[in-house]
Amino acid sequence: MTEMLSMSNNAPLFVGMMLLKLAVVFGVTMGIVAYATWVERKVIGHMQTRLGPMRTGWHGLLQPIADGLKLFFKEDIIPTQASKVPFLLAPMMILIPALITIAVVPFGPDVTVKGFLVPLQITDLNIGVLYILAMAGLGVYGIVLAGWSSNSKYALLGGVRASAQMISYELAAGITIIAVFMLSETLSLREIVALQSGSVIDWYVFKQPLAFGLFLITGLAEINRTPFDMPEAESELVSGFCTEYSSMKYALFFMAEYANMIVIAAIAATLFLGGWSGPLPESLGVVNLLGKVFAIMFFFIWLRATLPRVRYDQLMQLGWKVLIPLALANLAVTGLVVVLQQ
Amino acid sequence: MENLVQIALQNVNLAAIMPSLVLVCFGMGLLLINVFLPRGTTRPAVWISLVGIVVTAVVTVQGWGNPQYGFSDAVALDNFATFFNVTFLLAAALTILMSDDYLRREGYAVNEYYPLILFTTAGAMWMASGTDMMTIFLGLEVMSISLYVLAGFFRGQSASNEAGLKYFLLGAFSTGFLLYGMALIYGVTGSTRLTEIGAYLNSHSSLLANPMTLAGLVLLSIGFLFKLGAAPFHMWTPDVYQGAPTPVTAFMSAGPKAAAFAAFLRTLEYCFFGLKPEWSAMLWVLAVLTMTVGNVIAISQTNIKRMLAYSSISHAGYALVGLVAANEIGYSGVLFYMLAYTFMNIGAFAVLILVGKQGEENLTLEGFAGLGYKRPLLGVAMSVFLFALMGLPPTAGFAGKFYIFAGAVKAGYIWLAIIGVLNSAVSLYYYLRVMVYMYFRDPTEDYAWISLPVSVLATIILAVIGCLYLGILPNEVMAMAKTAIF
Amino acid sequence: METIFFYLVALVAVVSGFLVVRCQSPVNSALALVNTFFCLAVFYVMLYAPFMAAIQVIVYAGAIMVLILFVIMLLNLGTEARKRYTHGVVWAAIASLLVLVNVVFFIKRGRVTGAEGDITDYLIKTEGHTELIGKALYTEFLLPFEIASILLLVAIVGAVILAKKDV
Repeated sequence: MTEMLSMSNNAPLFVGMMLLKLAVVFGVTMGIVAYATWVERKVIGHMQTRLGPMRTGWHGLLQPIADGLKLFFKEDIIPTQASKVPFLLAPMMILIPALITIAVVPFGPDVTVKGFLVPLQITDLNIGVLYILAMAGLGVYGIVLAGWSSNSKYALLGGVRASAQMISYELAAGITIIAVFMLSETLSLREIVALQSGSVIDWYVFKQPLAFGLFLITGLAEINRTPFDMPEAESELVSGFCTEYSSMKYALFFMAEYANMIVIAAIAATLFLGGWSGPLPESLGVVNLLGKVFAIMFFFIWLRATLPRVRYDQLMQLGWKVLIPLALANLAVTGLVVVLQQ
Repeated sequence: MENLVQIALQNVNLAAIMPSLVLVCFGMGLLLINVFLPRGTTRPAVWISLVGIVVTAVVTVQGWGNPQYGFSDAVALDNFATFFNVTFLLAAALTILMSDDYLRREGYAVNEYYPLILFTTAGAMWMASGTDMMTIFLGLEVMSISLYVLAGFFRGQSASNEAGLKYFLLGAFSTGFLLYGMALIYGVTGSTRLTEIGAYLNSHSSLLANPMTLAGLVLLSIGFLFKLGAAPFHMWTPDVYQGAPTPVTAFMSAGPKAAAFAAFLRTLEYCFFGLKPEWSAMLWVLAVLTMTVGNVIAISQTNIKRMLAYSSISHAGYALVGLVAANEIGYSGVLFYMLAYTFMNIGAFAVLILVGKQGEENLTLEGFAGLGYKRPLLGVAMSVFLFALMGLPPTAGFAGKFYIFAGAVKAGYIWLAIIGVLNSAVSLYYYLRVMVYMYFRDPTEDYAWISLPVSVLATIILAVIGCLYLGILPNEVMAMAKTAIF
Repeated sequence: METIFFYLVALVAVVSGFLVVRCQSPVNSALALVNTFFCLAVFYVMLYAPFMAAIQVIVYAGAIMVLILFVIMLLNLGTEARKRYTHGVVWAAIASLLVLVNVVFFIKRGRVTGAEGDITDYLIKTEGHTELIGKALYTEFLLPFEIASILLLVAIVGAVILAKKDV
């Protein structure tokens, strides 16, 4: 029986493995963030029978790097009327919650290193799902602060809209997820994946189809993407809460948006689609997870190319009068079924 | 895996919360029904809430002599709780009866008023029957939050807004004290169950002198004393009572005050019987202070509503005397007094409502000039209530004060009883002044605007009957109150 | 190591708590308060109460403080608000110092160990903190838990009555 690697049985190896995992996950995430921008432009381009970026590298493959360089060398402007500290903090406060959420997503089965079991997950919290909700809640601050500290009406309106939207949809998302862990009876993502690992039919998407749909919709709203990208509605608000930002800080907002997209996709994949387990064999767990994440992200991009933006009041109506009641009904039905099955 | 449903249900004893359960169900049902009632239609809401109260009363009374415990001792529906529950229900019923026409007259005929009254009453019931600090605290919160809203119910009137806001801010502050006290007590004893706390403190008597226990007791008392409106935590009372809609003021001074007494009494008696000398001494000072402050300031009031607010402070002081006495007759005196006070105070407020005009409450002493001649029956009713508030025989107030002061004398607090009687004498001045205006001043108006809606009339008649019955034949109710204490 | 970490977080918590009071702009105060809440969440984790930590972040940092920030932003409270509320600072300082002395006194003199409960370190580790809380809520504290739902209902109804233009 191999032991789980921990601080107490082999501290140096534990710290080393932890750093390695952190580095790999961070690197992969940032890589996906960079290329998600390229994919988005290409996919939308082709959907509109355009080609998208073609000049930088083969089929524009170097475009993200070019964009990054461009933003990096741009002049960094801070409006004179801005509140400095919050203005500087805001981009980081958006990006960091997004990145640290990934820490609880398992991306493969346990592997054996030097006689110790090492879980392929940065950390397994027994309150994993709540941790995700908590971090999602913290993400609002960045947007509110960005909007307020810019001291500009567009930014303020964008910030207020975004936070109102996120708070409203967080409720629905939270209630939706409860239905999942009523079935799993655990909050640990690792165990939730294990429970779905039997076969494809064990995936929670089949037991909770409504919850899956609701989660995707609320997820879209929480990361402010089309058709819920009200905070950045160009036609009304210029660029919303990031109107006054430029250079790398602006890039941070963009990175945060894509990082959030990855997070939502990864959580949806883990909670509803079996995470790293299946359909490919366990040893290809990472491929499984990434495949699902990419599929969901493609779906998001597809929606952006297809759907128009909804009006703000309709968005709120949808959140409070449709999604939350549906989520509650789903919760009630799930509870009833769980009780009756006993 | 254990069967979760079984685990959850094994402690449930619905009989122990039946009255509040019925009341809450009526409240929630009424909220739903209100959605479908056309705007301005209030009669159905009034009737439904009254039916709810009557049904609850039937359920409550059936629990007399048949104590129910449940929810792992979080609640006890014993005679003590039942007695208080009846008081709350009476207060709620009388309030609802006199509210409808008043709300209509003032242009705030909003149906949500009635469910809020029901919820307040349910919160009061949880306070009276709670044997767990959490139950008491949450009951207090349900009650208080409904009251904050009710106090600020007239949104267009700045006085009402002020009342709501002031009550809310100070109430939240005092709740902080209460909760801090509960936390300290929990820290000392490791339990929130009142009986367990008492047993633990009893078996570890060194803890009784521990500063943390004492601080817990003091903070807890501050929280309750604020709700009682006892000095020096009475500052909110005049403004809130004056600004709130009159029926709400009447309700606030009767039901919730009784609930605070119930919870305070139970907590002291269950948890802190080992510290009886200490809290008796503390309450001795506060009772004297409360009676005196209330009475002295009431003397200089010309607004009757405000005068009644200050007098309600002094009445809390009289009732505190019963807590100081801490014997059978003192405690049952408190129970009796709260019931009696419900009748006399709500009755007085009902008369105030009738004498007011639309938009102009007409609450000054001048507004009562010659009322006794122009409207003799109303004058007689008001006189009965004022006599009761003064504590003169043959009314409920006399009997109540008699029992409470008798308890104090029996417990050896002769001076306290003397101060109480002196205070009652002081109170004669400002109550009698109202009667002087009613009977010895020439009427400046003919009081033609006073109409007598059946519901308000019913309130007044019921209150008069209550005042006289409890005053003339107090023995029966007093015997019940005696079986109600622990 | 845990002690060092505790003192580090405690220092941050106290400093941010102080900043809440001292900050010039209300937004900064609110942010400092968020920081304090976050530090409290860390303490909960260190006390083997991860569920409490998550709830602390979700409810206080994630929901309540955002609303407070909202209000501050929309009212655009500036320095004039600060001026209005700076009377009696000295008395407030004295009062808080007294409270501080009091608290320290109680903690030092109190030396209360409290009753031994059924919940031990070991139980938390084996059964899980979240499970234990869930069980307690649905057995021992079922009634308070249900009353809390009524409390929330009343609060919602009350807020709507007071805030809506015409009910």
